[in-house]
Amino acid sequence: MEKRYTKERLRRSMMFVPGNNPGMIADSRIYNADSIMFDLEDSVSYTEKDTARFLVYNALKTLNFGKKEIVVRINDLASGLGIKDLEAIVPAGVHVVRLPKTDSAQDVIDCEREIERIEKEHGIPVGSTGMMAAIESANGVLNAREIAHASDRLIGIALGAEDYVTDLKTTRADGTELLFARSMILNGARSAGIAALDTVYSDVNNEEGFIAECTLIKKLGFDGKSVINPRQIAPLHKCLVPGEKDLRKAYAIMDAIAEANAKGSGVASLNGKMIDKPVVIRAQRLIALAEADKAAAEEE
Amino acid sequence: MKLVKKAIAGTMESSDIMITIAPAEEKGIKLDLQSSVMQQYGKQIEAVIKETLAGIGVESAEVVAIDKGALDCTIRARVGAAAFRAAESTDFAWEVRK
Amino acid sequence: MVELNKIPHIGEIANRGVYAGPKAKKTENFATRTDSPDKILATIEDAVKATGLKDGMTISFHHHFRGGDHIVNQVVDVLAKMGFKNLTLAASSLSGVHAPLIDHIKNGVISHIETSGLRGELAEQISRGLMEFPIVFRSHGGRAAAIDSGELHIDVAFLGAPSCDPYGNANGYSRDDDDSILCGSMGYAVPDATHADKVVVLTNNLVKYPNMPCAIPEHQVDYIVVIDDIGDPKGIMSGATRYTKNPKELLIAQTAAEVIDAAGYFYDGFSMQMGSGGASLAAARYLRQMMIDKGIKCRFALGGITGQIASMHEEGLVERILDVQSFDLDAAQSLKKNFDHHQISATYYASFLQDAAVDQLDFVILSALEIDTDFNVNVLTGSDGVIRGAIGGHPDTAAGASLAVVVAPLTRGRIPSIIDKVNTVVTPGATVDVVVTDQGVAVNPNRPEVAEKLKAAGIKVFTIEQLKAKAEAIVGKPEPIRYKDNIVGVVMYRDNTVIDVIRQIEE
Repeated sequence: MEKRYTKERLRRSMMFVPGNNPGMIADSRIYNADSIMFDLEDSVSYTEKDTARFLVYNALKTLNFGKKEIVVRINDLASGLGIKDLEAIVPAGVHVVRLPKTDSAQDVIDCEREIERIEKEHGIPVGSTGMMAAIESANGVLNAREIAHASDRLIGIALGAEDYVTDLKTTRADGTELLFARSMILNGARSAGIAALDTVYSDVNNEEGFIAECTLIKKLGFDGKSVINPRQIAPLHKCLVPGEKDLRKAYAIMDAIAEANAKGSGVASLNGKMIDKPVVIRAQRLIALAEADKAAAEEE
Repeated sequence: MKLVKKAIAGTMESSDIMITIAPAEEKGIKLDLQSSVMQQYGKQIEAVIKETLAGIGVESAEVVAIDKGALDCTIRARVGAAAFRAAESTDFAWEVRK
Repeated sequence: MVELNKIPHIGEIANRGVYAGPKAKKTENFATRTDSPDKILATIEDAVKATGLKDGMTISFHHHFRGGDHIVNQVVDVLAKMGFKNLTLAASSLSGVHAPLIDHIKNGVISHIETSGLRGELAEQISRGLMEFPIVFRSHGGRAAAIDSGELHIDVAFLGAPSCDPYGNANGYSRDDDDSILCGSMGYAVPDATHADKVVVLTNNLVKYPNMPCAIPEHQVDYIVVIDDIGDPKGIMSGATRYTKNPKELLIAQTAAEVIDAAGYFYDGFSMQMGSGGASLAAARYLRQMMIDKGIKCRFALGGITGQIASMHEEGLVERILDVQSFDLDAAQSLKKNFDHHQISATYYASFLQDAAVDQLDFVILSALEIDTDFNVNVLTGSDGVIRGAIGGHPDTAAGASLAVVVAPLTRGRIPSIIDKVNTVVTPGATVDVVVTDQGVAVNPNRPEVAEKLKAAGIKVFTIEQLKAKAEAIVGKPEPIRYKDNIVGVVMYRDNTVIDVIRQIEE
């Protein structure tokens, strides 16, 4: 079966695009976001849910988004709108459905059941459509591991910080308030072998603050982050893509390994230090990330 | 599909089209189109509006379209949304079901 | 006693005869003398009478007051009341604020117009056949050359000035006060002041002699009229041009900066010009960062100057500014206070009759309404064929710069920017080197070495035909605009040869 999504891919940036804005939808492909997320949820007023659904449906059917991953954030199923969203976007060929306000594994299972039904009704191979879950509450954070394991379709789990800090009775500040949630989501995602995606940074004009946050999430281990303005993509990628120096070291490590293998030696060393397995894995990841970045830049 | 009331979808923003659709006594689509790209794309826009209405089974309607340079997919989306609103219908057949 | 006829070769020595004694010496002090000089006349009407203006003559204006200009309309109103007919109005440019000219065209006061551009209702009506005599559009350099060479003869120039002293030293700012209207450089008024038979300066700010520095020196000025209202300061210039926040324009600007670097024109001591328009102005922001990162400086920035260029000058990144037109208050203030921010004339800027500043440009970044597959650029008529722009210095700088980079979004709404044939050729494709859009870069095939350098730097290069196809894939193929046979505009290239015509639109 050909899936519409790939679990393993570059997901540094997921760009939010309001689902009822035709100009922004049409232009979304020109920025080099790794994933584009059309939003039917919070950026669309209640009275325009139907028109946005029509617009995103037609955009998915018609526009060429190249090799970008196309995500649609649906409304939550409890609102009654989520299922209508799925009825439109699953047949239209969405790659990944982003489920908002995920509190438990059951939310994922319920959504998957609807997706499966729609796939069957439209003769789409079951399992073609990917999913990701956004965690936006204390309950969701505490259930992060179960949520991450709830479906084979999940490509990742994400933090939605605005609702989460409200639930926590705090506000967005220097990042301390999110450390627990980020750690839970990261560990949940890693235990399921899927992507960990960070929340948006809403102060578009504060580039310094944005870069600080990107640096923090890179340290923690996140794969990427949602962005609300195309201007945030370049600084984000710059943070997440390995620098020249790190990359040279990674290649040196891989060369040393190759040399050791050629000699039939089981132990490789670089500058007198033994290279153990985690070092090799990190070097491999760095190189893969740099190559994926190059490929993304060359992509049409 | 039978229209029962007047309905609007879309905006007057750049790259959008505002479609106002109302039931009509006479058979056929009566279209009043204004467009910022009339000379270059007027015929194409008219054709897309009429095809979209035919595709969802609207045979008679009065349509006012104010276009600000919308792409075809946007025109289809706005016409579809306006028509379903005018028919007070939510029975969207997004795809022919197999 | 000198006897002229005894002097050998006296017939070949320029002289005015034998000295016959001095004129009566003025003995009142300077302060008293400058109180009531002869050049100052009470009203515009008095000045018009004094110039000897006649029906059928050519009058001229500058456009340094942009959308805030109140000079053109006031003067032409007076000329209409005085009963003049059949005048040629030769402005360095006209804008939307000049719509009242429509009535004066209908009344027969103005029968012909020369300008760099037209906008608004006047442009709409002219595109629909308002005038029998086609508008003549010239570039800033072409106009300067036409006036300097006498091909465009100006009988009377009416030049608005934010400061002028009693003898006619006129300028776009005043070092005597901080609260007068500012327009910064008055470079486009200089050819008019130099060559017009009569020059009238209209000012609201009579300052003490000597008003130096000045754009227009007193010996070129015949009359001065002090009027209450030369223009709306808010329309003349606003605080600071802000960098665009439009992400698409920023993307284009960043790519343009990368292209210039990759092409080899970004080195210590380079020269540059930014055209007006969001993306071309925003390129300065990326170039600035690249200059800091590389530790290089710009020798001079040319042309229309914005506050961003002025602040790069103040930071020490740009050594000299050659300012023919100041775009915002920050630029005007910089011209007023900075020693190495120089006011230059249109001739110095771009006349083709001799080497001009444009000929020393490494690169220029220019906007475009349309670009065709021969790289020809239109900045004058909209996609509907209606006049809505200005030639400006576009063809002058494209010809002069070693690398002319034209920036445009691939599509504007549903309108493609890259098409088979531009509606109006303003800048010939042979002088356009690189086209930068939000969805790809194309290099003129006559610059293969540039294409190679860009590719080597990892910039993907498309053919212009590929860019056109990308645009059409998004918006569809437009139907051509329908025109009537009637010619409403003649487009001059910078050497004052006719490069294209504009026809009346068919509706």
